[in-house]
Amino acid sequence: MSTSGNYYIPHKATWPVMVTIGLLLMLVGFANHLNGSTIGSTLMVLGLMVFLLMLAGWFTLQAIESESGMYNTQVGVSYRMGMMWFIFSEIMFFAVFFGTLWYTRNLVVPWLGGIGDGPGRSSHELWQSFEAMWPTNGPGEVGGDFEPMGAWGIPFFNTLILLTSGITCTWAHHGLLAKNRDQLLKGLMATVGLGFLFVSLQAFEYYEAYHDMGLTLGSGIYGSTFFMLTGFHGFHVCVGAIILSVVLFRSWKGHFTPENHFAFEAAAWYWHFVDVVWLGLFVFVYML
Amino acid sequence: MSAVVTEHDDHHDHGPEKGLLRWVFTTNHKDIGTLYLVFALAMFFVGGTMALIIRSELFQPGMQFVEPQFFNSMTTMHALVMVFGAVMPAFVGLANWMIPMMIGAPDMALPRMNNMSFWVLVAGVLLLASTLFMEGGAPASGWTLYPPLVLQTGNALPFAIFSVHLLGISSIMGAINIIATIFNMRAPGMTLMKMPLFVWTWLITAFLLIAVMPVFAGGVTMLLTDKFFDTSFFDAAGGGDPVLYQHIFWFFGHPEVYIMILPTFGVASTIIPVFARKPLFGYSSMVIATIGIAFLSFIVWSHHMFTVGMPMAGELYFMYATMMIAIPTGVKIFNWTATMWKGSMTFETPMLFSIAFVVLFTLGGFTGLMMALAPLDFQYHDTYFIVAHFHYTLVPASIFILQAAAYYWLPKWTGHMYNEKLAQLHFWLSAISVNILFFPQHFLGLAGMPRRIPDYAVQFADWNMISSIGAFIYGFSQLIFLYIVIQTIRQGTGEKVTDEVWEDAKKHGLEWHLPSPPPYHTFTTPPKVIPTEHI
Repeated sequence: MSTSGNYYIPHKATWPVMVTIGLLLMLVGFANHLNGSTIGSTLMVLGLMVFLLMLAGWFTLQAIESESGMYNTQVGVSYRMGMMWFIFSEIMFFAVFFGTLWYTRNLVVPWLGGIGDGPGRSSHELWQSFEAMWPTNGPGEVGGDFEPMGAWGIPFFNTLILLTSGITCTWAHHGLLAKNRDQLLKGLMATVGLGFLFVSLQAFEYYEAYHDMGLTLGSGIYGSTFFMLTGFHGFHVCVGAIILSVVLFRSWKGHFTPENHFAFEAAAWYWHFVDVVWLGLFVFVYML
Repeated sequence: MSAVVTEHDDHHDHGPEKGLLRWVFTTNHKDIGTLYLVFALAMFFVGGTMALIIRSELFQPGMQFVEPQFFNSMTTMHALVMVFGAVMPAFVGLANWMIPMMIGAPDMALPRMNNMSFWVLVAGVLLLASTLFMEGGAPASGWTLYPPLVLQTGNALPFAIFSVHLLGISSIMGAINIIATIFNMRAPGMTLMKMPLFVWTWLITAFLLIAVMPVFAGGVTMLLTDKFFDTSFFDAAGGGDPVLYQHIFWFFGHPEVYIMILPTFGVASTIIPVFARKPLFGYSSMVIATIGIAFLSFIVWSHHMFTVGMPMAGELYFMYATMMIAIPTGVKIFNWTATMWKGSMTFETPMLFSIAFVVLFTLGGFTGLMMALAPLDFQYHDTYFIVAHFHYTLVPASIFILQAAAYYWLPKWTGHMYNEKLAQLHFWLSAISVNILFFPQHFLGLAGMPRRIPDYAVQFADWNMISSIGAFIYGFSQLIFLYIVIQTIRQGTGEKVTDEVWEDAKKHGLEWHLPSPPPYHTFTTPPKVIPTEHI
């Protein structure tokens, strides 16, 4: 990253508009699909493909510009700030679902069970036999009998996997800073591998929940909060692992220097963020 | 200029691209600012038309023109279009145009993302507008989209929800860009406490946007899964609670109203000193008050829900916390007044709108204080009193100040002077009719007329008729504004404006050191002089 030269300002951006078109197409397709239209899913897949292709084009352009030394230190600072505030927005997004879990578990369910004098007292009149407890699928026993997910099987193993991947990611970063290409590539490969292993195990956990435990997204408030929190987290792990794969590919191509490796840093920050969210999930969704 | 290192030498001194595609692919902060402002102006008229449909129906008791369902769609869409299509984009447009010029930056920090945030906004508004033509009609639940009512929406529901997602993505990208620009792109010597207040208020606003837009996105995502994927977040039978949605919505919604008012404060603090020919009174207290208001906005949300059934401790806490907002807001009002005190004031249109803002916003603030009192709010809740309150804080505040900003900066942007006589006519018509429009709604609310209804008891007839007359005068007066803007862009009065446009404006801001109109790229080398008169 050169410290001299003016701030780089691109003069014509074609990718952002294309990405937007892909995004719009995808959402229009999804909405049509939800309304029962038959072309909905086709549109959605098409939109997703446009979105991903155009995003790939955009990032390729950024990588080429970065490698040709067009970004000075100040540009790098802008990118880092952008990434930090993006992660902050993601924290707020997860905060809604953690907040929902806290509110329903500690306030709504007790109120429904007739404890305290909260607004749910009136609902208690409708379901007088309901006793507050957690986990629950509510007084209407929505979704039927289910078995809650334990913490010490796959989830615990997944915790170890993610924590290890955080270590391998940092190890790769040290390799990058020490110009140790071998360590960088091995560290990243391990991180990506562990990431996808995590996702596979979670998929297996979901399979078990649906087929053996009667636990689905429709299992009342427990099922709703469980799948929403773990689902959005799993999606973020996928995205993080894909980002890291791109970083791995670029490292293999010989990109990045100890001074200039914003993409690596951004991917690593994102990965640690996903890691920390999981710790929250493990404690509040699985353990308590 | 040389925006790029060696490879792109051919870009030296280049101007805008030719043709319409210039506007599609542009990364220039001035172009994108213009796009935002033009889009917002168009949406202002779309949302305004919806408001006139509402006021036509309410002109007399009984059903006149529209079906109740469509009426409710109109109140919902009017709010969503005005909030997300007009006011917020207009301020983002001002931010795009002015922040780089005010802090001496060559452009926004992340120009490609700047382009995308505008087009995602357009995509979001397109999705929203498309719901008007769907089976079951546009959402009719009010802009708050409360369940279980909103879950009865027809085909429009997923489109409205994805529209909110897109608008959220757009706002977050825009906000990230603004924060990165302000923190990273200031000219040497432009320290944080030398920044114009418009820049300060936008910095705080951008933080609010990043903090709360994801919250709203999460909330509507749960609406989507409740409707289509069997979840029970807002359904008591499954152990959920519709009130939870209200908490989520207002945790977003309260900061959201400050997202619309803080940049308003910023523009007012920029305009008033210039026409009072005095430095802004109490610069640092303005900054601290802005931060204070932003902080308080996160801890008062349940004052929108006093009547939903809250434990007594909650009612009391949210009542007192809400009343505290009057302190930093009062600091601002007094500072503006003190800025004008003994100033050599002149009353060009931007100043007229700014003074009207200070007076009428104070009125809107006081009615807010009345509703902050939980026991009284049981009377006011969901009546026309609240409608009067928030329209006083939005129309003669945000809209007036946006128009003041347009008059104030249009000569800079275009190099042409606007027609002062017509502009003053626009001001007086707006300032008088806005009061005819909204002041009677206080009486209606106190007398018990509920909001969001197409028909009402005969006792409310007189004030409703007066209010509707005011609405039509106000609405059609805005066509004068449209005419003035177009005329100014084309050739204006023919009078060539100077660089500083307004007398001694150079002392107040960097933008007045640039030519009028400013070149396509400005400050490719950071400026040396940092004006400090606004401090």
